Amino acid sequence: MKTGDGGVVTTTLEQAMEWGRSNSLWPLTFGLACCAIEMMAIQAADMDIARFGSEVFRNSPRQSDLMIVAGTVTKKMAPRVRRLYEEMPYPKYVIAMGVCVIQGGPYNQGYSVVLGVDKVVPVDVYVPGCPPTPEALTHGIMLLQKKIRNETDR
Amino acid sequence: MIQEEQKNEHREWTELNMGPQHPSTHGVLRLKVKLDGETVKEVEPIIGYLHRNAEKICELDYYCDSLIYFDRMDYVAAMNMEVGYLEAAEKLLNIPPPERAQWIRVIMAELGRIAAHLVWAGAFGLDLGMLSPFFYCFVQREKILRIFTEICGSRQETNYMSIGGVYQDINENIIYMIEEFTKEFPDKLEEIFNAFVKNDIFMSRNKGIGILEPDVAIQYAVTGPMLRASGIEYDVRKAEPYLVYDKLNFDIPVSYKKDNLARFLVRFEEMRQSVRIVKQAIKKIPDGPYFNPKAKKSLMIRLRGEGEVYARTESPKGEFGVYLVGDGGVKPYRVRVRSPSLRNLSVIRHLGKDVLIADLIAISGTIDLVFGEVDR
Repeated sequence: MKTGDGGVVTTTLEQAMEWGRSNSLWPLTFGLACCAIEMMAIQAADMDIARFGSEVFRNSPRQSDLMIVAGTVTKKMAPRVRRLYEEMPYPKYVIAMGVCVIQGGPYNQGYSVVLGVDKVVPVDVYVPGCPPTPEALTHGIMLLQKKIRNETDR
Repeated sequence: MIQEEQKNEHREWTELNMGPQHPSTHGVLRLKVKLDGETVKEVEPIIGYLHRNAEKICELDYYCDSLIYFDRMDYVAAMNMEVGYLEAAEKLLNIPPPERAQWIRVIMAELGRIAAHLVWAGAFGLDLGMLSPFFYCFVQREKILRIFTEICGSRQETNYMSIGGVYQDINENIIYMIEEFTKEFPDKLEEIFNAFVKNDIFMSRNKGIGILEPDVAIQYAVTGPMLRASGIEYDVRKAEPYLVYDKLNFDIPVSYKKDNLARFLVRFEEMRQSVRIVKQAIKKIPDGPYFNPKAKKSLMIRLRGEGEVYARTESPKGEFGVYLVGDGGVKPYRVRVRSPSLRNLSVIRHLGKDVLIADLIAISGTIDLVFGEVDR
Protein backbone atom coordinates (compact mmCIF):
# COMPACT_ATOMS: atom_id res chain seq x y z
CA MET A 1 0.00 0.00 0.00
CA LYS A 2 1.39 3.41 -0.90
CA THR A 3 0.18 6.91 -0.08
CA GLY A 4 1.10 9.77 -2.38
CA ASP A 5 1.14 13.46 -1.56
CA GLY A 6 -2.09 14.03 -3.37
CA GLY A 7 -3.82 11.40 -1.28
CA VAL A 8 -3.81 8.62 -3.86
CA VAL A 9 -3.75 5.08 -2.54
CA THR A 10 -2.78 2.15 -4.70
CA THR A 11 -3.59 -1.29 -3.44
CA THR A 12 -4.88 -4.65 -4.49
CA LEU A 13 -8.46 -5.66 -3.90
CA GLU A 14 -7.40 -8.44 -1.53
CA GLN A 15 -5.32 -6.11 0.60
CA ALA A 16 -8.11 -3.56 0.84
CA MET A 17 -10.57 -6.25 1.86
CA GLU A 18 -8.22 -7.66 4.46
CA TRP A 19 -7.57 -4.21 5.83
CA GLY A 20 -11.26 -3.55 6.19
CA ARG A 21 -11.97 -6.97 7.58
CA SER A 22 -9.25 -6.78 10.21
CA ASN A 23 -10.45 -3.40 11.47
CA SER A 24 -14.10 -4.30 11.87
CA LEU A 25 -14.09 -7.58 13.74
CA TRP A 26 -17.45 -8.00 15.40
CA PRO A 27 -17.23 -10.41 18.33
CA LEU A 28 -20.04 -12.64 19.49
CA THR A 29 -21.43 -12.00 22.99
CA PHE A 30 -20.57 -15.39 24.32
CA GLY A 31 -19.40 -15.62 27.89
CA LEU A 32 -18.99 -18.99 29.52
CA ALA A 33 -17.24 -18.37 32.83
CA CYS A 34 -14.76 -16.15 34.66
CA CYS A 35 -13.01 -14.90 31.52
CA ALA A 36 -16.30 -13.42 30.33
CA ILE A 37 -16.07 -10.74 33.01
CA GLU A 38 -12.66 -9.72 31.68
CA MET A 39 -14.15 -9.80 28.19
CA MET A 40 -16.80 -7.36 29.47
CA ALA A 41 -14.01 -5.24 30.95
CA ILE A 42 -12.37 -4.67 27.56
CA GLN A 43 -15.71 -3.47 26.27
CA ALA A 44 -15.91 -0.88 29.04
CA ALA A 45 -14.38 2.55 29.18
CA ASP A 46 -10.95 1.79 30.64
CA MET A 47 -9.77 -0.76 28.09
CA ASP A 48 -11.87 0.46 25.20
CA ILE A 49 -11.86 -2.18 22.47
CA ALA A 50 -13.48 0.31 20.08
CA ARG A 51 -9.97 1.51 19.29
CA PHE A 52 -9.59 -1.70 17.27
CA GLY A 53 -12.98 -1.53 15.63
CA SER A 54 -14.39 -4.40 17.66
CA GLU A 55 -16.78 -2.61 19.98
CA VAL A 56 -19.91 -3.98 18.37
CA PHE A 57 -20.61 -7.12 20.38
CA ARG A 58 -23.29 -8.98 18.48
CA ASN A 59 -25.78 -11.19 20.21
CA SER A 60 -26.50 -13.31 17.18
CA PRO A 61 -23.80 -15.56 15.70
CA ARG A 62 -25.15 -14.75 12.25
CA GLN A 63 -23.92 -11.16 12.52
CA SER A 64 -20.50 -11.76 14.00
CA ASP A 65 -17.04 -12.54 12.64
CA LEU A 66 -15.15 -13.42 15.79
CA MET A 67 -15.93 -15.86 18.55
CA ILE A 68 -14.03 -15.24 21.79
CA VAL A 69 -14.43 -18.49 23.72
CA ALA A 70 -14.18 -17.07 27.23
CA GLY A 71 -14.41 -19.68 29.95
CA THR A 72 -14.31 -23.40 30.57
CA VAL A 73 -15.97 -25.51 27.88
CA THR A 74 -17.71 -28.47 29.48
CA LYS A 75 -18.83 -31.62 27.73
CA LYS A 76 -22.42 -30.45 27.95
CA MET A 77 -21.58 -27.10 26.38
CA ALA A 78 -19.22 -28.32 23.63
CA PRO A 79 -21.96 -29.24 21.08
CA ARG A 80 -23.47 -25.78 21.54
CA VAL A 81 -20.10 -24.12 20.95
CA ARG A 82 -19.73 -26.10 17.73
CA ARG A 83 -23.23 -25.18 16.65
CA LEU A 84 -22.66 -21.49 17.30
CA TYR A 85 -19.45 -21.69 15.31
CA GLU A 86 -21.28 -23.27 12.40
CA GLU A 87 -23.97 -20.60 12.49
CA MET A 88 -21.41 -17.85 11.97
CA PRO A 89 -20.92 -16.69 8.36
CA TYR A 90 -17.53 -16.91 6.66
CA PRO A 91 -14.91 -15.50 7.15
CA LYS A 92 -14.89 -16.42 10.84
CA TYR A 93 -12.21 -16.44 13.49
CA VAL A 94 -11.88 -17.92 16.96
CA ILE A 95 -9.86 -16.67 19.93
CA ALA A 96 -9.35 -19.13 22.79
CA MET A 97 -9.26 -17.01 25.93
CA GLY A 98 -7.86 -18.48 29.13
CA VAL A 99 -6.08 -21.70 30.02
CA CYS A 100 -9.33 -23.61 30.55
CA VAL A 101 -10.12 -23.15 26.88
CA ILE A 102 -6.56 -23.96 25.80
CA GLN A 103 -6.03 -27.23 27.71
CA GLY A 104 -8.40 -27.50 30.66
CA GLY A 105 -6.45 -25.25 32.99
CA PRO A 106 -7.02 -25.85 36.69
CA TYR A 107 -9.92 -28.15 35.85
CA ASN A 108 -8.00 -30.59 33.67
CA GLN A 109 -8.22 -33.31 36.31
CA GLY A 110 -11.98 -33.19 36.12
CA TYR A 111 -14.38 -35.52 34.38
CA SER A 112 -16.67 -32.99 32.76
CA VAL A 113 -14.28 -30.54 31.11
CA VAL A 114 -13.24 -30.56 27.44
CA LEU A 115 -9.46 -30.33 27.43
CA GLY A 116 -9.08 -27.59 24.88
CA VAL A 117 -11.67 -25.97 22.69
CA ASP A 118 -9.49 -26.76 19.66
CA LYS A 119 -10.97 -30.24 19.83
CA VAL A 120 -14.33 -28.66 19.00
CA VAL A 121 -13.65 -25.64 16.78
CA PRO A 122 -10.51 -24.46 14.93
CA VAL A 123 -8.67 -21.79 16.91
CA ASP A 124 -6.74 -18.86 15.42
CA VAL A 125 -5.21 -17.20 18.47
CA TYR A 126 -4.61 -18.55 21.97
CA VAL A 127 -4.55 -16.08 24.88
CA PRO A 128 -3.17 -17.73 28.03
CA GLY A 129 -3.91 -16.56 31.56
CA CYS A 130 -6.37 -17.39 34.29
CA PRO A 131 -8.13 -15.13 33.53
CA PRO A 132 -6.05 -13.18 30.97
CA THR A 133 -5.91 -9.48 31.64
CA PRO A 134 -7.80 -7.22 29.24
CA GLU A 135 -4.42 -6.09 27.92
CA ALA A 136 -3.60 -9.69 27.01
CA LEU A 137 -6.87 -10.12 25.18
CA THR A 138 -6.29 -6.85 23.34
CA HIS A 139 -2.92 -8.21 22.28
CA GLY A 140 -4.66 -11.36 21.08
CA ILE A 141 -7.02 -9.30 18.96
CA MET A 142 -4.07 -7.37 17.51
CA LEU A 143 -2.36 -10.65 16.63
CA LEU A 144 -5.52 -11.81 14.91
CA GLN A 145 -5.67 -8.57 12.93
CA LYS A 146 -2.09 -9.14 11.82
CA LYS A 147 -2.99 -12.66 10.78
CA ILE A 148 -5.96 -11.47 8.75
CA ARG A 149 -3.86 -8.81 7.01
CA ASN A 150 -1.34 -11.42 5.89
CA GLU A 151 -3.90 -13.99 4.80
CA THR A 152 -3.28 -13.88 1.03
CA ASP A 153 0.50 -13.77 1.40
CA ARG A 154 0.55 -17.36 2.55
CA MET B 1 -65.83 -30.80 28.78
CA ILE B 2 -64.04 -28.07 30.67
CA GLN B 3 -61.04 -30.35 31.13
CA GLU B 4 -60.88 -30.96 27.41
CA GLU B 5 -60.91 -27.24 26.72
CA GLN B 6 -58.07 -26.77 29.15
CA LYS B 7 -56.13 -29.51 27.42
CA ASN B 8 -56.61 -27.81 24.09
CA GLU B 9 -55.46 -24.57 25.62
CA HIS B 10 -52.29 -26.26 26.82
CA ARG B 11 -51.61 -27.52 23.34
CA GLU B 12 -51.49 -23.92 22.13
CA TRP B 13 -48.60 -23.05 24.41
CA THR B 14 -45.40 -22.26 22.60
CA GLU B 15 -42.25 -23.81 23.93
CA LEU B 16 -39.25 -21.53 23.75
CA ASN B 17 -35.63 -21.99 24.68
CA MET B 18 -33.66 -19.12 26.14
CA GLY B 19 -29.98 -19.77 26.22
CA PRO B 20 -27.43 -21.18 26.88
CA GLN B 21 -26.09 -18.49 24.56
CA HIS B 22 -28.28 -15.50 25.28
CA PRO B 23 -27.21 -11.93 26.04
CA SER B 24 -29.21 -11.66 29.23
CA THR B 25 -28.82 -15.02 30.93
CA HIS B 26 -25.57 -14.03 32.66
CA GLY B 27 -23.52 -16.90 31.39
CA VAL B 28 -24.88 -20.26 30.46
CA LEU B 29 -28.36 -20.46 31.97
CA ARG B 30 -30.94 -22.18 29.80
CA LEU B 31 -34.56 -21.38 30.48
CA LYS B 32 -37.23 -23.58 28.98
CA VAL B 33 -40.21 -21.27 28.72
CA LYS B 34 -43.80 -22.14 27.89
CA LEU B 35 -45.63 -19.21 26.44
CA ASP B 36 -49.24 -18.32 25.91
CA GLY B 37 -48.89 -15.42 23.52
CA GLU B 38 -46.54 -13.07 25.36
CA THR B 39 -47.31 -14.43 28.80
CA VAL B 40 -45.00 -16.91 30.42
CA LYS B 41 -46.89 -19.89 31.82
CA GLU B 42 -44.03 -22.10 32.95
CA VAL B 43 -40.31 -21.64 33.39
CA GLU B 44 -37.87 -24.44 33.86
CA PRO B 45 -34.23 -23.54 34.48
CA ILE B 46 -31.79 -26.07 33.06
CA ILE B 47 -28.35 -25.88 34.60
CA GLY B 48 -25.10 -27.79 34.35
CA TYR B 49 -23.50 -26.10 31.34
CA LEU B 50 -20.62 -24.96 33.52
CA HIS B 51 -20.27 -27.97 35.78
CA ARG B 52 -16.50 -28.05 36.34
CA ASN B 53 -16.57 -30.51 39.29
CA ALA B 54 -14.66 -28.10 41.50
CA GLU B 55 -15.74 -29.88 44.69
CA LYS B 56 -14.35 -33.19 43.47
CA ILE B 57 -11.07 -31.61 42.40
CA CYS B 58 -10.73 -30.00 45.84
CA GLU B 59 -10.74 -33.49 47.33
CA LEU B 60 -7.72 -34.37 45.16
CA ASP B 61 -5.73 -31.33 46.30
CA TYR B 62 -4.05 -30.17 49.47
CA TYR B 63 -5.97 -27.88 51.79
CA CYS B 64 -3.99 -24.83 50.72
CA ASP B 65 -4.38 -25.55 46.99
CA SER B 66 -8.17 -25.76 47.01
CA LEU B 67 -8.38 -21.99 47.37
CA ILE B 68 -8.08 -21.33 43.65
CA TYR B 69 -11.22 -23.35 42.90
CA PHE B 70 -13.12 -21.24 45.39
CA ASP B 71 -11.86 -18.10 43.65
CA ARG B 72 -13.47 -19.36 40.49
CA MET B 73 -16.81 -20.27 42.02
CA ASP B 74 -18.28 -16.80 42.38
CA TYR B 75 -15.76 -15.37 39.98
CA VAL B 76 -16.84 -11.76 40.35
CA ALA B 77 -16.29 -11.82 44.14
CA ALA B 78 -13.20 -13.98 44.59
CA MET B 79 -12.24 -12.37 47.90
CA ASN B 80 -15.56 -13.29 49.53
CA MET B 81 -15.23 -16.88 48.38
CA GLU B 82 -11.76 -17.09 49.91
CA VAL B 83 -13.11 -15.81 53.21
CA GLY B 84 -15.81 -18.48 53.07
CA TYR B 85 -13.44 -21.37 52.42
CA LEU B 86 -10.86 -20.25 54.95
CA GLU B 87 -13.49 -19.90 57.67
CA ALA B 88 -14.10 -23.63 57.30
CA ALA B 89 -10.53 -24.74 56.61
CA GLU B 90 -9.05 -22.84 59.53
CA LYS B 91 -11.67 -24.27 61.85
CA LEU B 92 -10.83 -27.78 60.69
CA LEU B 93 -7.04 -27.36 60.77
CA ASN B 94 -7.21 -25.30 63.97
CA ILE B 95 -5.06 -22.43 62.71
CA PRO B 96 -6.75 -19.15 63.66
CA PRO B 97 -5.59 -16.11 61.68
CA PRO B 98 -3.99 -13.24 63.65
CA GLU B 99 -6.06 -10.14 64.24
CA ARG B 100 -4.38 -7.99 61.59
CA ALA B 101 -5.15 -10.61 58.95
CA GLN B 102 -8.79 -10.67 60.02
CA TRP B 103 -9.10 -6.91 59.53
CA ILE B 104 -7.38 -7.10 56.16
CA ARG B 105 -9.80 -9.85 55.17
CA VAL B 106 -12.80 -7.75 56.12
CA ILE B 107 -11.55 -4.83 54.05
CA MET B 108 -10.89 -7.05 51.03
CA ALA B 109 -14.22 -8.85 51.34
CA GLU B 110 -16.14 -5.58 51.43
CA LEU B 111 -14.22 -4.19 48.45
CA GLY B 112 -15.00 -7.47 46.68
CA ARG B 113 -18.67 -7.06 47.54
CA ILE B 114 -18.71 -3.60 45.98
CA ALA B 115 -16.98 -4.94 42.84
CA ALA B 116 -19.47 -7.80 42.56
CA HIS B 117 -22.49 -5.55 42.96
CA LEU B 118 -21.06 -3.13 40.37
CA VAL B 119 -20.75 -5.96 37.85
CA TRP B 120 -24.31 -6.94 38.67
CA ALA B 121 -25.59 -3.38 38.25
CA GLY B 122 -23.84 -2.99 34.91
CA ALA B 123 -25.14 -6.29 33.59
CA PHE B 124 -28.63 -5.58 34.90
CA GLY B 125 -28.61 -2.30 33.01
CA LEU B 126 -27.60 -4.15 29.84
CA ASP B 127 -30.47 -6.61 30.33
CA LEU B 128 -32.93 -3.75 30.34
CA GLY B 129 -31.33 -2.04 27.36
CA MET B 130 -29.38 0.64 29.21
CA LEU B 131 -25.82 0.86 27.99
CA SER B 132 -24.36 3.86 29.81
CA PRO B 133 -24.63 2.64 33.46
CA PHE B 134 -22.51 -0.33 32.39
CA PHE B 135 -19.60 1.97 31.54
CA TYR B 136 -19.97 3.96 34.76
CA CYS B 137 -20.01 0.77 36.84
CA PHE B 138 -16.98 -0.76 35.18
CA VAL B 139 -14.91 2.42 35.56
CA GLN B 140 -15.47 2.23 39.32
CA ARG B 141 -14.81 -1.50 39.37
CA GLU B 142 -11.47 -0.98 37.65
CA LYS B 143 -10.42 1.20 40.59
CA ILE B 144 -11.06 -1.67 43.01
CA LEU B 145 -9.24 -4.08 40.72
CA ARG B 146 -6.27 -1.71 40.70
CA ILE B 147 -6.15 -1.99 44.49
CA PHE B 148 -6.28 -5.79 44.20
CA THR B 149 -3.50 -5.74 41.61
CA GLU B 150 -1.36 -3.66 43.92
CA ILE B 151 -1.92 -6.13 46.75
CA CYS B 152 -1.52 -9.49 45.05
CA GLY B 153 -0.69 -8.95 41.40
CA SER B 154 -3.93 -10.38 40.09
CA ARG B 155 -7.03 -8.54 39.00
CA GLN B 156 -10.01 -10.75 39.35
CA GLU B 157 -9.14 -14.23 40.63
CA THR B 158 -6.98 -12.91 43.42
CA ASN B 159 -5.79 -15.92 45.47
CA TYR B 160 -4.69 -13.41 48.08
CA MET B 161 -5.67 -15.02 51.35
CA SER B 162 -4.18 -18.22 52.60
CA ILE B 163 -4.59 -20.60 55.49
CA GLY B 164 -3.42 -18.77 58.61
CA GLY B 165 -3.65 -15.23 57.32
CA VAL B 166 -2.95 -13.41 54.09
CA TYR B 167 -0.02 -13.78 51.70
CA GLN B 168 1.27 -10.26 51.90
CA ASP B 169 0.92 -7.42 54.34
CA ILE B 170 -0.74 -4.24 53.18
CA ASN B 171 1.52 -1.19 53.07
CA GLU B 172 0.97 2.56 53.24
CA ASN B 173 0.55 2.86 49.51
CA ILE B 174 -2.36 0.41 49.53
CA ILE B 175 -3.95 2.08 52.54
CA TYR B 176 -3.69 5.40 50.68
CA MET B 177 -5.31 3.87 47.58
CA ILE B 178 -8.18 2.44 49.61
CA GLU B 179 -8.72 5.73 51.44
CA GLU B 180 -8.79 7.63 48.15
CA PHE B 181 -11.27 5.15 46.76
CA THR B 182 -13.63 5.39 49.75
CA LYS B 183 -13.45 9.18 49.53
CA GLU B 184 -14.37 9.35 45.85
CA PHE B 185 -16.66 6.39 45.48
CA PRO B 186 -19.84 7.53 47.33
CA ASP B 187 -20.35 10.47 44.94
CA LYS B 188 -19.74 8.27 41.93
CA LEU B 189 -22.15 5.70 43.31
CA GLU B 190 -24.88 8.33 43.53
CA GLU B 191 -24.15 9.23 39.91
CA ILE B 192 -24.66 5.60 38.88
CA PHE B 193 -27.73 5.32 41.08
CA ASN B 194 -29.31 8.38 39.49
CA ALA B 195 -28.57 7.05 36.01
CA PHE B 196 -30.84 4.15 36.91
CA VAL B 197 -33.63 5.62 38.99
CA LYS B 198 -34.14 8.80 36.97
CA ASN B 199 -34.96 6.67 33.96
CA ASP B 200 -38.72 6.24 33.65
CA ILE B 201 -38.47 3.09 31.54
CA PHE B 202 -36.23 1.46 34.12
CA MET B 203 -38.65 2.34 36.93
CA SER B 204 -41.75 1.12 35.13
CA ARG B 205 -40.06 -2.16 34.20
CA ASN B 206 -39.12 -2.86 37.82
CA LYS B 207 -41.79 -1.35 40.05
CA GLY B 208 -44.25 -3.97 41.22
CA ILE B 209 -42.79 -6.72 39.03
CA GLY B 210 -41.48 -10.03 40.30
CA ILE B 211 -43.01 -9.94 43.75
CA LEU B 212 -41.45 -12.48 46.08
CA GLU B 213 -43.41 -13.08 49.26
CA PRO B 214 -41.31 -13.68 52.39
CA ASP B 215 -42.80 -17.11 53.12
CA VAL B 216 -42.09 -18.27 49.57
CA ALA B 217 -38.56 -16.95 49.84
CA ILE B 218 -38.00 -18.99 53.00
CA GLN B 219 -39.49 -22.10 51.39
CA TYR B 220 -37.04 -21.86 48.53
CA ALA B 221 -34.12 -21.15 50.91
CA VAL B 222 -33.45 -17.80 49.29
CA THR B 223 -30.76 -15.76 51.02
CA GLY B 224 -28.84 -12.56 50.56
CA PRO B 225 -30.15 -9.34 49.04
CA MET B 226 -33.12 -11.20 47.55
CA LEU B 227 -34.34 -12.26 50.99
CA ARG B 228 -33.71 -8.86 52.50
CA ALA B 229 -35.68 -7.26 49.68
CA SER B 230 -38.61 -9.43 50.75
CA GLY B 231 -38.58 -7.85 54.18
CA ILE B 232 -36.62 -10.34 56.26
CA GLU B 233 -33.69 -8.90 58.12
CA TYR B 234 -31.20 -11.73 57.90
CA ASP B 235 -27.50 -11.31 57.28
CA VAL B 236 -24.85 -13.78 58.42
CA ARG B 237 -22.55 -10.89 59.27
CA LYS B 238 -25.01 -9.92 62.02
CA ALA B 239 -26.71 -13.23 62.76
CA GLU B 240 -23.51 -15.18 63.31
CA PRO B 241 -20.59 -12.74 63.14
CA TYR B 242 -17.36 -14.08 61.71
CA LEU B 243 -13.96 -12.35 61.44
CA VAL B 244 -14.33 -8.95 63.15
CA TYR B 245 -17.76 -7.94 61.91
CA ASP B 246 -19.04 -7.63 65.47
CA LYS B 247 -16.62 -4.76 66.08
CA LEU B 248 -17.93 -2.71 63.18
CA ASN B 249 -20.94 -0.44 62.83
CA PHE B 250 -23.12 -1.08 59.84
CA ASP B 251 -26.78 -1.52 59.00
CA ILE B 252 -28.51 -4.26 57.10
CA PRO B 253 -30.61 -2.74 54.33
CA VAL B 254 -34.13 -4.16 54.23
CA SER B 255 -36.98 -3.37 51.88
CA TYR B 256 -40.62 -4.35 52.31
CA LYS B 257 -41.66 -3.74 48.70
CA LYS B 258 -40.64 -7.29 47.61
CA ASP B 259 -40.32 -6.42 43.91
CA ASN B 260 -37.47 -6.02 41.42
CA LEU B 261 -36.89 -2.42 42.40
CA ALA B 262 -36.55 -3.42 46.06
CA ARG B 263 -33.78 -5.86 45.19
CA PHE B 264 -32.05 -3.16 43.19
CA LEU B 265 -32.27 -0.66 46.04
CA VAL B 266 -31.07 -3.17 48.63
CA ARG B 267 -27.97 -3.95 46.60
CA PHE B 268 -27.14 -0.28 46.17
CA GLU B 269 -27.62 0.37 49.88
CA GLU B 270 -25.34 -2.59 50.58
CA MET B 271 -22.60 -0.94 48.58
CA ARG B 272 -22.98 2.22 50.68
CA GLN B 273 -22.75 0.16 53.85
CA SER B 274 -19.67 -1.63 52.52
CA VAL B 275 -17.96 1.71 52.00
CA ARG B 276 -18.85 2.53 55.61
CA ILE B 277 -17.28 -0.72 56.81
CA VAL B 278 -14.10 -0.17 54.81
CA LYS B 279 -13.78 3.39 56.15
CA GLN B 280 -14.01 2.16 59.73
CA ALA B 281 -11.80 -0.88 59.25
CA ILE B 282 -8.96 1.01 57.58
CA LYS B 283 -8.69 3.22 60.67
CA LYS B 284 -8.96 0.43 63.23
CA ILE B 285 -6.53 -1.99 61.60
CA PRO B 286 -4.03 -3.08 64.32
CA ASP B 287 -0.31 -3.75 64.03
CA GLY B 288 1.12 -7.20 64.41
CA PRO B 289 1.74 -10.31 62.36
CA TYR B 290 -0.35 -10.89 59.27
CA PHE B 291 0.33 -14.60 59.18
CA ASN B 292 0.02 -17.40 61.71
CA PRO B 293 3.50 -19.00 62.04
CA LYS B 294 1.83 -22.40 62.53
CA ALA B 295 1.02 -22.39 58.82
CA LYS B 296 4.46 -21.61 57.46
CA LYS B 297 4.58 -21.56 53.67
CA SER B 298 7.03 -24.44 53.51
CA LEU B 299 4.91 -26.58 55.83
CA MET B 300 1.59 -25.71 54.27
CA ILE B 301 1.09 -28.94 52.34
CA ARG B 302 1.68 -31.02 55.45
CA LEU B 303 -1.32 -29.62 57.31
CA ARG B 304 -3.61 -32.38 58.49
CA GLY B 305 -7.21 -32.04 59.55
CA GLU B 306 -9.64 -34.39 61.20
CA GLY B 307 -13.34 -34.07 61.85
CA GLU B 308 -16.08 -32.18 60.09
CA VAL B 309 -16.90 -28.48 60.01
CA TYR B 310 -19.45 -26.22 58.44
CA ALA B 311 -18.82 -22.50 58.14
CA ARG B 312 -21.09 -19.90 56.64
CA THR B 313 -20.35 -16.43 55.45
CA GLU B 314 -22.24 -13.69 53.68
CA SER B 315 -21.18 -13.52 50.06
CA PRO B 316 -22.61 -10.87 47.73
CA LYS B 317 -25.17 -13.42 46.53
CA GLY B 318 -26.25 -14.69 49.91
CA GLU B 319 -25.31 -17.24 52.50
CA PHE B 320 -22.24 -19.15 51.33
CA GLY B 321 -21.59 -22.31 53.31
CA VAL B 322 -18.63 -24.65 53.13
CA TYR B 323 -18.73 -28.15 54.58
CA LEU B 324 -15.40 -29.92 55.02
CA VAL B 325 -14.64 -33.42 56.25
CA GLY B 326 -11.08 -34.40 57.07
CA ASP B 327 -9.92 -37.95 57.72
CA GLY B 328 -6.52 -37.05 59.20
CA GLY B 329 -4.78 -36.88 55.85
CA VAL B 330 -3.25 -33.96 53.99
CA LYS B 331 -6.24 -33.77 51.66
CA PRO B 332 -9.88 -33.22 52.57
CA TYR B 333 -12.14 -36.26 52.45
CA ARG B 334 -15.20 -34.33 51.36
CA VAL B 335 -15.81 -30.78 50.21
CA ARG B 336 -19.33 -29.51 49.81
CA VAL B 337 -20.51 -26.04 49.02
CA ARG B 338 -23.87 -24.49 49.77
CA SER B 339 -24.09 -21.97 47.00
CA PRO B 340 -26.56 -19.12 47.32
CA SER B 341 -27.01 -18.58 43.58
CA LEU B 342 -28.41 -22.08 43.08
CA ARG B 343 -31.12 -21.57 45.73
CA ASN B 344 -31.88 -18.11 44.44
CA LEU B 345 -32.21 -19.45 40.92
CA SER B 346 -34.72 -22.12 41.94
CA VAL B 347 -37.25 -19.44 42.88
CA ILE B 348 -37.52 -18.39 39.22
CA ARG B 349 -40.06 -21.19 38.74
CA HIS B 350 -42.32 -19.31 41.11
CA LEU B 351 -41.46 -15.77 40.04
CA GLY B 352 -41.65 -16.48 36.33
CA LYS B 353 -45.30 -17.57 36.34
CA ASP B 354 -47.82 -15.37 34.52
CA VAL B 355 -45.43 -12.57 33.71
CA LEU B 356 -44.61 -11.08 30.34
CA ILE B 357 -41.53 -12.49 28.65
CA ALA B 358 -39.78 -9.11 28.83
CA ASP B 359 -40.34 -9.08 32.58
CA LEU B 360 -38.79 -12.53 32.87
CA ILE B 361 -35.51 -10.98 31.70
CA ALA B 362 -35.75 -8.30 34.38
CA ILE B 363 -36.58 -10.88 37.05
CA SER B 364 -33.71 -13.19 36.14
CA GLY B 365 -31.48 -10.11 36.15
CA THR B 366 -32.36 -9.22 39.74
CA ILE B 367 -31.55 -12.73 40.97
CA ASP B 368 -27.85 -12.00 40.35
CA LEU B 369 -26.68 -15.30 38.95
CA VAL B 370 -23.10 -16.38 38.63
CA PHE B 371 -22.77 -19.72 36.96
CA GLY B 372 -19.46 -20.70 38.40
CA GLU B 373 -21.31 -20.96 41.68
CA VAL B 374 -24.56 -22.50 40.48
CA ASP B 375 -22.96 -25.40 38.65
CA ARG B 376 -19.59 -25.45 40.40
